[in-house]
Amino acid sequence: MEEMPEKIEIRQRFPEWREMLKPVKELEEGRTSYLSTPKQVDSEFFKMPFGDVERDLHDLKLPENWKELFLEAMKDTLEKNRAFKLFMDICVRCGACADKCHYYIGTGDPKNMPVGRAELIRSVYRRYFTPSGKIFGEWAGARELTEDVVKELYYYAYQCSLCRRCSLFCPYGIDTAEIVWWLRRILSRIGLNQRFMTISIEASARTGNHLGLLPGGMVGAIQQGLEELKDVTGFDLHTYINKKGADVLFVAPSADYFATPHWFVMLGYLLLFNELEEKYGLTITWSTYASEGGNFGTFHSYEAAQLLNSKIYKEAERLGVSFIIGGECGHMWRDKHQFINTMNNPPKNEEWKKFWENPDLGELAEGLRGIRFDSYASGEHGWIHILEFTAALIEHNKITIDKSRNDHWTATYHDPCNVARGMGMVEEPRYVLRNVMNKFYDMPEHTIKDKTYCCGAGGGMLADEIMDLRMRGVMPRMMAVRHVYKKYGVNILLTPCAIDKAQFPHALEYWKIPIEVGGPMEMVGNALVLTAFGEKPEDRQYDLRGEPLGGEEDVQ
Amino acid sequence: MPDLEVKGKKLRLDEDGFLQDWEEWDEEVAEALAKDTRFSPQPIELTEEHWKIIKYLRDYFIKYGVAPPVRMLVKQCKKEVKPDCNLQYIYKLFPQGPAKDACRIAGLPKPTGCV
Repeated sequence: MEEMPEKIEIRQRFPEWREMLKPVKELEEGRTSYLSTPKQVDSEFFKMPFGDVERDLHDLKLPENWKELFLEAMKDTLEKNRAFKLFMDICVRCGACADKCHYYIGTGDPKNMPVGRAELIRSVYRRYFTPSGKIFGEWAGARELTEDVVKELYYYAYQCSLCRRCSLFCPYGIDTAEIVWWLRRILSRIGLNQRFMTISIEASARTGNHLGLLPGGMVGAIQQGLEELKDVTGFDLHTYINKKGADVLFVAPSADYFATPHWFVMLGYLLLFNELEEKYGLTITWSTYASEGGNFGTFHSYEAAQLLNSKIYKEAERLGVSFIIGGECGHMWRDKHQFINTMNNPPKNEEWKKFWENPDLGELAEGLRGIRFDSYASGEHGWIHILEFTAALIEHNKITIDKSRNDHWTATYHDPCNVARGMGMVEEPRYVLRNVMNKFYDMPEHTIKDKTYCCGAGGGMLADEIMDLRMRGVMPRMMAVRHVYKKYGVNILLTPCAIDKAQFPHALEYWKIPIEVGGPMEMVGNALVLTAFGEKPEDRQYDLRGEPLGGEEDVQ
Repeated sequence: MPDLEVKGKKLRLDEDGFLQDWEEWDEEVAEALAKDTRFSPQPIELTEEHWKIIKYLRDYFIKYGVAPPVRMLVKQCKKEVKPDCNLQYIYKLFPQGPAKDACRIAGLPKPTGCV
């Protein structure tokens, strides 16, 4: 085993503070996101101001009165959002956040320090909204709003994944993600939108999911999943799609029924749902209208977030369900846990209202009495996280588990920023994993739970053109994975987030860590004994990836 | 953004060589995209196997609005092209992979969402 240094020191020469006010001259390739084209932001489903102009970063083609529009949008934001105003005023530049940002650690660019990122817009705020900035200009840390400054704002607003690790360390609790969020909205008022994000927003507004998948494709994919499960378990399993009168609506990120390794997680969901229906009579349906739990609108602006999350409550009401289970998605939980109740009205159907008066699962399926949703981290707005739900099923002994079926895996768990920091769900996934597998090891304490490092691709940063930034941003996370890989022989990195599952295979390859990526529900699916179908623990011959089960020796 | 000239007509591409409007695609456009070395290190000579895959991608896209998942592509390839087809074989046909080469030549837009 090669020697690893105790710690890695990054030596940097920092520019003078006055130089920090000058906009960067060159936008580096590999870190600059493409701008949206009219196809995305001038569509029937998603219209943004000045979206009809095709532009690129060499020629922004800003509207004539862009400066006015920008400052107007900023003034409006300052007036309506006290947090934004407070964050503009309150920073003392102590630097506690500086080395907490994975993009700063990875790129070494001082403007990628959370304080540096916020300063970019704060300097504009000082110039136009504070007396000292108006009078003393540069000497008060203020700068003029020019086209180069706008370009720089775009460049750095889209080098942040809104993971909020910095805010955890800020003595004032300044939430840089919130600043960047509003900044992105202000930029969208003068026609600057990031393409990757708006492609997904437009697709979701048009078809119900970020992929742009039409209903037939979704149904076909889930059916193929059921066929694969027949090969693995030998049973004819089923699921419901758009079933009126079902007890529960299930909403997953669309990647779960489409991409790999997300796919194996979907197989896990299907196994659990079949067992619950057969054993307890709890019916769970998918929907082709609310076919996406994720919400790229939450990376873009309030309006886009509201537009995309409206469909889910509507669909819950139409189908007459009692509550919603949400799948393994990251930012979906920031959206559904913290935004949705201020953006859209909850379903008004009788079943929903009745259930939430006394949220005990026994009201829907007698055998599950005792599982109550009142105190759940995720449950506040009628949504239950699948892992929190599974944790309750295990705790109440409602499902049968055979841990040994996961003996070929040695796992570690990555906390997605929005699930751990955003919602506070930290122990439940670990409880589930310890109960469904024998070999589970956590990464070092300062890189997990509320201090979790970002995957480097959240917040709309999953675009291919910024691969360089993504691979740099994921570095701290990868070093922690490498640590447990060497120390415990971890061979799978589990994470309940679709963006993570898309990012990590690239990252592990780039950082040369030869392990797999998966989701906790895949492990649950492997270990779940389908007792209601008469399955015995020793009956299962294959895991969900189609690999023969037979202990460690056979696999390695 | 770059253009591609086919039969005297200029077609608009995006920065990574994907056709901006999938409806402008036909077989001659596919040939031109395959030969375009701005976006792939080597020109790709389209054989019968290539065409079978391109046709499947196209049909699936027109029916369902997106490119098929890779696992479905492999399944289809086993059925129609080669019984022992796997991902490596698809990479042999399309060196930069199903998304960057196969979808690009088939005139499909880049995949979106968390995939």
